[in-house]
Amino acid sequence: MDLSAINPVLLFASLMVAATPVLIAAIGELVVERAGVLNLGVEGMMITGAICGFAAAVTTGSPLVGFIAAAAGGAGLSLLFALLTQVALANQVASGLALTLFGLGLSALFGQNYVGLKPPPTARLDIPVLSDLPVVGRIVFGHDPVVYFGLLLLVAVWAFLKFTRAGLVLRAVGENHTAAHALGYKVVRIRVLAILFGGACAGLGGAYISLVRVPQWTEGMTGGAGWIALALVVFASWKPWRVLLGAWLFGGVTVLQLNLQAAGLEIRAEYLSMSPYLVTILVLVIMSGHRSGSPGSLGRTFHASQ
Amino acid sequence: MTGTLLSIRGLTKAYPGVVANDDVSFEIGEGEVHALLGENGAGKSTLVKMIYGLVKPDQGEMVLNGTVYTPSEPQEARARGVAMVFQHFSLFDALNVAENVALGMAEPPKTRELAERIRTVSEQYGLPLDPWRLVGDLSAGERQRVEIVRCLLQDPKLLIMDEPTSVLTPQEVEILFATLRKLKSEGTSILYISHKLEEIRALCDEATILRLGRKVATCTPREVTAAQMAELMVGAELHRPEREPSVPGAVRLALNGLSVASPGQFGTSLKNITLEVRAGEVLGLAGVAGNGQDELLAALSGEIRAKPAMVVLDGVEIGAKGPAERRRAGLLTGPEERLGHAAAPDMSLTENALLTGAEREGLMANGFLKWGKAREFAAKIIERFDVRTPGTETAARALSGGNLQKFVIGREVLQRPEVLVVNQPTWGVDAAAAATIRQALLDLAAGGAAVVVISQDLDELMEVSDNFGALNEGRLSQIRPAKGLSMEEIGLMMGGAHGMEVAHV
Amino acid sequence: MLRLEKRPQPSKTLSYVTPVLAVLITMVAGGALFAALGKDPVVAIRTIFWDPLFGQFAFYYLPQLLVKAGPLILIAIGLSLGFRAGIWNIGAEGQYILGAIFGAGVALACYPLEAWWIFPLMVIAGAFGGFLWAMIPAILKVRFGTNEILVSLMLVYVAEQLLASMSIGLMKNPDGYGFPGSRNLQQYPSAHNAELIPDTGLHWGVVAAIVVAILAYILLNRHILGFQIRLTGEAPRAARFAGVKPPRLVLVCMGTAGALAGMAGMFEVAGPAGQISAGFNTGYGFTAIIVAFLGRLHPFGIVLAGLLMALTYIGGEAAQSALQLPGAAIQVFQGMLLFFLLAVDLLTNYRIRLTKRETA
Repeated sequence: MDLSAINPVLLFASLMVAATPVLIAAIGELVVERAGVLNLGVEGMMITGAICGFAAAVTTGSPLVGFIAAAAGGAGLSLLFALLTQVALANQVASGLALTLFGLGLSALFGQNYVGLKPPPTARLDIPVLSDLPVVGRIVFGHDPVVYFGLLLLVAVWAFLKFTRAGLVLRAVGENHTAAHALGYKVVRIRVLAILFGGACAGLGGAYISLVRVPQWTEGMTGGAGWIALALVVFASWKPWRVLLGAWLFGGVTVLQLNLQAAGLEIRAEYLSMSPYLVTILVLVIMSGHRSGSPGSLGRTFHASQ
Repeated sequence: MTGTLLSIRGLTKAYPGVVANDDVSFEIGEGEVHALLGENGAGKSTLVKMIYGLVKPDQGEMVLNGTVYTPSEPQEARARGVAMVFQHFSLFDALNVAENVALGMAEPPKTRELAERIRTVSEQYGLPLDPWRLVGDLSAGERQRVEIVRCLLQDPKLLIMDEPTSVLTPQEVEILFATLRKLKSEGTSILYISHKLEEIRALCDEATILRLGRKVATCTPREVTAAQMAELMVGAELHRPEREPSVPGAVRLALNGLSVASPGQFGTSLKNITLEVRAGEVLGLAGVAGNGQDELLAALSGEIRAKPAMVVLDGVEIGAKGPAERRRAGLLTGPEERLGHAAAPDMSLTENALLTGAEREGLMANGFLKWGKAREFAAKIIERFDVRTPGTETAARALSGGNLQKFVIGREVLQRPEVLVVNQPTWGVDAAAAATIRQALLDLAAGGAAVVVISQDLDELMEVSDNFGALNEGRLSQIRPAKGLSMEEIGLMMGGAHGMEVAHV
Repeated sequence: MLRLEKRPQPSKTLSYVTPVLAVLITMVAGGALFAALGKDPVVAIRTIFWDPLFGQFAFYYLPQLLVKAGPLILIAIGLSLGFRAGIWNIGAEGQYILGAIFGAGVALACYPLEAWWIFPLMVIAGAFGGFLWAMIPAILKVRFGTNEILVSLMLVYVAEQLLASMSIGLMKNPDGYGFPGSRNLQQYPSAHNAELIPDTGLHWGVVAAIVVAILAYILLNRHILGFQIRLTGEAPRAARFAGVKPPRLVLVCMGTAGALAGMAGMFEVAGPAGQISAGFNTGYGFTAIIVAFLGRLHPFGIVLAGLLMALTYIGGEAAQSALQLPGAAIQVFQGMLLFFLLAVDLLTNYRIRLTKRETA
C-alpha cells in the first residue's frame, strides 16, 4: 500500500466535485420538505436528470443545454409526483417510491442508445491569479461552473427562506398547512412549486454525475445518491448550511475510499465501496436525537374540506 | 349606533347530506358587538367562513359598508377590513410571534418595525407580547393574544371572534372584554361567536341565534333571560343531569407527586401532582387549554409512564405500567381528541369497540379475535348510549362529533371501570348528547366508581363535580369542594390573569 | 370544474375495482409507450399479457410464471405487514441478498455431504440472514428513532457490495477455473430447491408463498396482532392509547419482512438461480413494493398481483425476443402501474364531483 500516492490537495479538490451532485439535490429536497412534502423520489429524478442532460448534451454538443434539459427532466418527473400527492392526494411515501422505480426504468429505456458515448466536456472556470494560488487555488478555484452554482444555490435558498416573504409563507405552509389555508394561502399551489423546484435540482444533480463526474451514461449510475441527498436533509435538521457540511462529509468519504482503493489498501474494494452508505447510516443514527427542525406538516396529506 | 356595517341576506350553503346554512339574514351595526349563538353543528362556523372568504355561499349576498361584498379569499376579506380570530389552527408553533403576525397581513412592514408595532399595540390593548418568542412556547391565552394583535394591526372594521373565551380563565375573560369594549368605543364592530349565554348577556348588543343552519331569532341579550336564549338555541327544554347524594368511600385512585416530561416539543410537563379520588366521587379538574390536561390523561392512561408509586390504583402501584395493564386493573380513560386518539377514523365501530374493549369484554381468546362478540359489544354501546349510526360496520369518521363522543365514552363506561378519567368529555358536542354523557358519568360514580373529569368548560365542571381543582402550567391547585366556589375563586385557582392587564383606555 | 369530496367512509367496492382499473389504464398508457417506441401496441400488449398464458409457447412460459411470482409474493406479503402499520421497509432487496448468502453459505459449508437436513437448515439460515439484515434498521429505529426508509435502503447497496465480494471471494467455486460465482447448487442434490412437479415451476418457494399468504390472512383478520398492525397504520395515536407497543411492532414487522425476503432469496439461489454471483439479485425486492400496493396490502390480493407482475416479467422477456422491445420498457411499465394505482386510489376515499363554476 502506498498512502503517499494520495495527494491531499487533489483529495480536497475532488471532494468539492464529489459533493456537488448530492448538495444540489439535497438543497432541492430541503425546500420541498420545508414546504411540508416528503418526496422520496429524489433518486428517480436524479437518474432522469442524468439521462436527459446526457442526451441533450450529446445531441447538441453543449453541456449548458444538457444541464437545462436535466433540470427540465427532473422537474417534469416531479410534476407526476405533484399530481399524485397534491391533486390525487396519494400517500407521499408510496408515491415517492413509485417515482424512483419509474425514473429508473424510464432512464434505462431512454439511455439504451447512449451507452458508451462521451459527453462534451464541461469547461472549468480558470480564474486568473486565483486558480494559480498554491493549494487553495487547486481546492477552491479552478472547478467547473456547476460547483459554484451549487454553492450559490445554497446561499440563495438560505436567504430566500430566511429573509423573503415568499420564504416565510413556504415555511408556514410546511409547518401547519391547516393554519396557512385558514389565512388564505394557496397550500397546494405553493407545494407544487416547491416540488418542481426540488425536481429541477435533483435533475441538475443527476446530470452533474453523467456529464462531469463520471462522465458517461450507465444504467442506474446515480447509485443511491438520491437517497443520500434525502439523508443529508435529515442530517442537516432542515437547515441549509448544514446540508453543505453533510455534502462535504459524504464527498470526503467517497473520495477518500476511492483514493484508498487506488492506493492498494489491503481491504477488498467492495468493502471500501460500502463506506459512503455505512457513513450515511452512522450519521443518521447520530443525528436522530435531534428531531427539532422537522417541519410540522411533513408528509401529511392536505385537503381543504369544508 | 350610527349605521349598518355588514348586512347578510339569505346566505345558503349546502354540503352533501347537510344544509349548513339555510337562508340566513342579519345585520351588524357599526360599533356593535353582535353575538352569533348556536349549538355545535348549528352552522356558525360555516357562516363566519363565508364572511371571511374561506367558503363561498351557494346563494345569498353580503353588503359591507354599502357595497357588495363577495370575498373569494381571506386576503380579500382582510383588504376590506374584516379580520378573524380563530378558535383553533391558525398559528405556527415553530415560527416566532412577529412572523406569525406578518403571515396574517397583506403587506407587512419590515420585521424590526413590525416587532415595534406589535409591542405598542399589544400593550395599548392590555395584551403584552414579546415579538421574538416562539409561538409554540406560549400559553393558550398568549396564543390568542397573537391572533388578536394580528387582527388589530390591520385596523379592522369588523372583528370576528370564534369562541374566544374557551382558552381563558375568568379573570382573563374580564380583561378580554375590556379590550373588546375599548375596540367598540373606537367604532370597531365585533361578531362574537359563542354558546356561553352569560358572556353574551354581559358583552353583546345584539344576538342572532342559529339552530340546524337556520336563523331562529335575533334578540337583544340584555332584555331576555339566559334560559330563554337557551331554549331558542336548543329548541327544547334541557334535561339537567341528576344525582343521588352519596357518601364518599375508600380511595380508589391516588397520584403521589406525579411528575413526567411532556413527549411533545411544545407540550407541558406535569409537576408534582398529588390527589386522591374516592369511590363514588367525581373530581373536576379545570384549566385553560395547554396547561397539562393532555399530559395528565396520557400519564393516567399509561401512554406516558411514570415511577410506579406515582400512580396508585386501589392500593396497587401502577405508575410504570402500560395502557393494557392499567385497563386490566380497571383504570379506563377517554382522551379529548375523538378522531385519531380515542377512535381510529377509518375503522368500523366494531373495530373501535375492540380498540379498548378487547380484553375486559372477552372479545378475544389466545390472541384470536371474536368478531361476533365484538359486534355485539359495539351494538350494545350504540343502543345504550343512543348513538345515531346506520350500524356497527360504519366508519367512525362518518359519525357526527356528538354521536362519536357518546360511542367512545359509552365504550369505557360499559366496561365497568373502577376509575374513569375523561378529558373534555363534551367538547364540540350538542347539548342533548352532552347531557347524556354527563348523566352516564354521574351514574358511574353512583355505582361506586371514582370519576375524574378534566374539562375547560367550567359550567360542566360545576354541574358534575363533588370536588374541584385546576391545572396551571402542569401544576395542580389545591382541591376544594365544588359547592360554594365562586367564579372569582375558581379563576384564581386557574392561575388568575396570567400577566394580562386591562386595556389602557 | 372538478371538485373532490371526501366520502363519509372508504368505498369497499371501489377498493376492489381500482386495481383492475389501474391495470387497464396502464395497458393503454403502456400501449402508447410501445407505439412511441415504434412497436404495434396491440401486438405488444398481446405478447406480454396473452401469449405467455394462452399462446403457442405457453408450455414454456407458464412454469416461469410461478418461478417469478413465488419470491415476489413472499417478499410482498412481508412488506405489506409493515406498510399497513406505517413502517416502511424498502430494503427488501438487501434482505433478499443476505438470505441467499446465508442459505448458500450453509449449503457450501456442507458440500459435498448429502443429508436430508441440509435443505431445511438452509431455509432457516436464509430466513435468519434476511431477518438479521432487517433488524439493523429496525433496532436503529427503535433505539435511536432513525428513519427506517433510508437505513434499509442504504443497506441494499451494502448488501450488493457484500454479494459481489462473496462471489469473487469467500464463496467462489474452487473448481470454477477462476470464474466469479459460487458452486452451482442445482448440481448439489441435498441443497437443490428443485421443482416439486416437473415442468410446473412449482418449487418450495412457491409453496412457502401460498402458506405465508394464508397465515398472513389469518393474522390480519383474526388475530389481535394483525388488528394492532392495522390500527397503528390507521391511527398511530389511537394504537398507543389502545396499548400497542410501537417498538415491538417495528421489530415484528421488519423482522417478518426480512425473514420472508431472506427465504425468498434462499429459494432463488438454491433453485432457479443456482449460484451466488454478482448479478444474482434482479430487483425482486423493489418490484415486490409494487406488488404489495397493487394487491392492496391484502394477502390474497398480493397473490394475484404477484402473478400479474410475474406475467409482465415473462411477457416482457417474450416481447424482448419477439418484438425487440427493450427490457427497460417493462420496468417503465411496472412503474406506471404503481403510479396509476396510487392515482385511482383517490376514488375509494373521495368522490369527484362536477360542479358549475361558482358565481358567488
